[in-house]
Amino acid sequence: MGEKALSLRERLAWGALGLMLFLGLWTFLSTSGIVPSQFLPTPLEVLNRIIRLMTDPFAGATLPQHLASSFQRYALGVLLAAAIGVPLGLLMGWFRLLDNIITPIFDGLRFIAPIAWVPFAALWFGTGIGGPVMIIFAGAFPPCLINAYRGARFVEPRLIEAARMLGTGNARMILEILLPDATPSIVAGLRVSAGLGWQSLVGAELIVAAAGVGFMMVQAQANVATPTVIAGMLAIGAVGMLIDVLLRQGEGWLRRRRGLEA
Amino acid sequence: MGSIRFDKVDKVFGPNTGGVKVLDNINLEIGEREFVAIVGPSGCGKTTCLRMAAGFEAPSAGLVSVSGRPVTAPGPDRAVVFQQFALFPWKTVRQNIELGLRNKKLPTGERADLVAGALKLMNLEGHAEAFPHQLSGGMQQRVAIARAYVLDPEVLLMDEPFGALDAQTRVVMQEELVRLARVNPRTVLFITHAVEEAVYLADRVAVMTRRPCRIKEVLDIRKIRQAENWDKHARIEDVMDLESFVHLRTQIWKSLREEKVANVV
Ligand SMILES: Nc1ncnc2c1ncn2[C@@H]1O[C@H](COP(=O)(O)OP(=O)(O)O)[C@@H](O)[C@H]1O
Ligand SMILES: [Mg+2]
Repeated sequence: MGEKALSLRERLAWGALGLMLFLGLWTFLSTSGIVPSQFLPTPLEVLNRIIRLMTDPFAGATLPQHLASSFQRYALGVLLAAAIGVPLGLLMGWFRLLDNIITPIFDGLRFIAPIAWVPFAALWFGTGIGGPVMIIFAGAFPPCLINAYRGARFVEPRLIEAARMLGTGNARMILEILLPDATPSIVAGLRVSAGLGWQSLVGAELIVAAAGVGFMMVQAQANVATPTVIAGMLAIGAVGMLIDVLLRQGEGWLRRRRGLEA
Repeated sequence: MGSIRFDKVDKVFGPNTGGVKVLDNINLEIGEREFVAIVGPSGCGKTTCLRMAAGFEAPSAGLVSVSGRPVTAPGPDRAVVFQQFALFPWKTVRQNIELGLRNKKLPTGERADLVAGALKLMNLEGHAEAFPHQLSGGMQQRVAIARAYVLDPEVLLMDEPFGALDAQTRVVMQEELVRLARVNPRTVLFITHAVEEAVYLADRVAVMTRRPCRIKEVLDIRKIRQAENWDKHARIEDVMDLESFVHLRTQIWKSLREEKVANVV
């Protein structure tokens, strides 16, 4: 705060320093015996494990296969959250009655962490595709709804007046005035949803019985295969970062296209 | 073509929390194809009058009616031109102008003809596919006027439509509006705080006083304009040089100033 912005090169240098300190501390802790090496493998062991996991299966599948099966559940959960959350948020932003009915329930439910849904997800939707998707949905849904709702509520009043003066009905008002005006807010919400959905993944895969990074980690933990657990964590972190970077790019492109930023 | 009538209209904002009486017993009638301007100091309630005619606000007492029907909600029979344009930034010029026609469920061919006519009328022909942010302020206001005109409304409500424009652009727009008004007269309620603009454009000028706001007097410009043949001058500065124009302008200025002095004392 209040300091000069750093150039890209400086930022990269500081970031690299942080990473090195982190790896150094990690190596120190695991080789010095402060933490038993069985519980904390060295970075090198983890790297070797990741390379092995690329081709050798663990718990029935290689790491890419686990990731692929996780990603399927994840995509389904997030898409479902967007497909329900965004339209519902827009409707709530336009129809005051719907807002009054749904907001109290929603405000109560949204503070329940996705993982708290695990028992019911398994009971209601099974441990196949349904249960895990519901948990990811629970993580991804609130930002979709909240951002669409806020976007719709904070549309420039003058634009709504102009549209009403032109005789615009409810459906067209929502689709052609609220939706486009709320798009930046909706897109920002989708980005947050995508992140939260991915974070809910391990919780969602506590209850699956076939494949997935979370499933792989649970199996590894049971066998005290700590390098594999950390490999799973790193894979989740890396894919999460990749999703975020891609969506940020998309968001920036959309904003530029709308003339919001130079 | 429609008429507008304010009948003993009061407006109180926040009646439940003490209340501020903004308008007090407004009586004004705007006849068919008549162009009436309201001038007054800012904050005196001009916009509130227009918003009641548009259906965005309800009067606290009295009646606002358009073509004999009480105003209850906004609608395309009362087209509004806003000071800040209020164009839809994600729609092209054509789409902005077309929205009202689509709402009226006109067939595509008819819509295209009407939009083409409106674009031509406002000299926007080369800009149909542009987005508002790609246009200058003057151009944007042309789009807003085209969007209102294309509806063929009973009345046009314009709230300081040139207030956000630079002086040169404003003059051009004023001349164009006069051209439109003389070629194809509409019923217009025009709000401004610029006395010259009111005298130049309007058939009648209503002078409003400060709070609680009343209409102090209504001056008929039309007779003088016709007698002195202002319309033979194409340029606004030539009209503004005429003795009859200067005289009227001064008369309104004095009327507004007396107000200010009276309030200070
Ligand atoms: N929605 C509102 N709530 C409370 N006060 C308002 C509202 N709209 C306008 N006013 C007040 O009414 C007065 C007249 O406003 P307005 O009609 O916009 O004046 P003008 O257009 O002549 O400048 C102002 O003092 C303004 O603050
Ligand atoms: Mg005003």
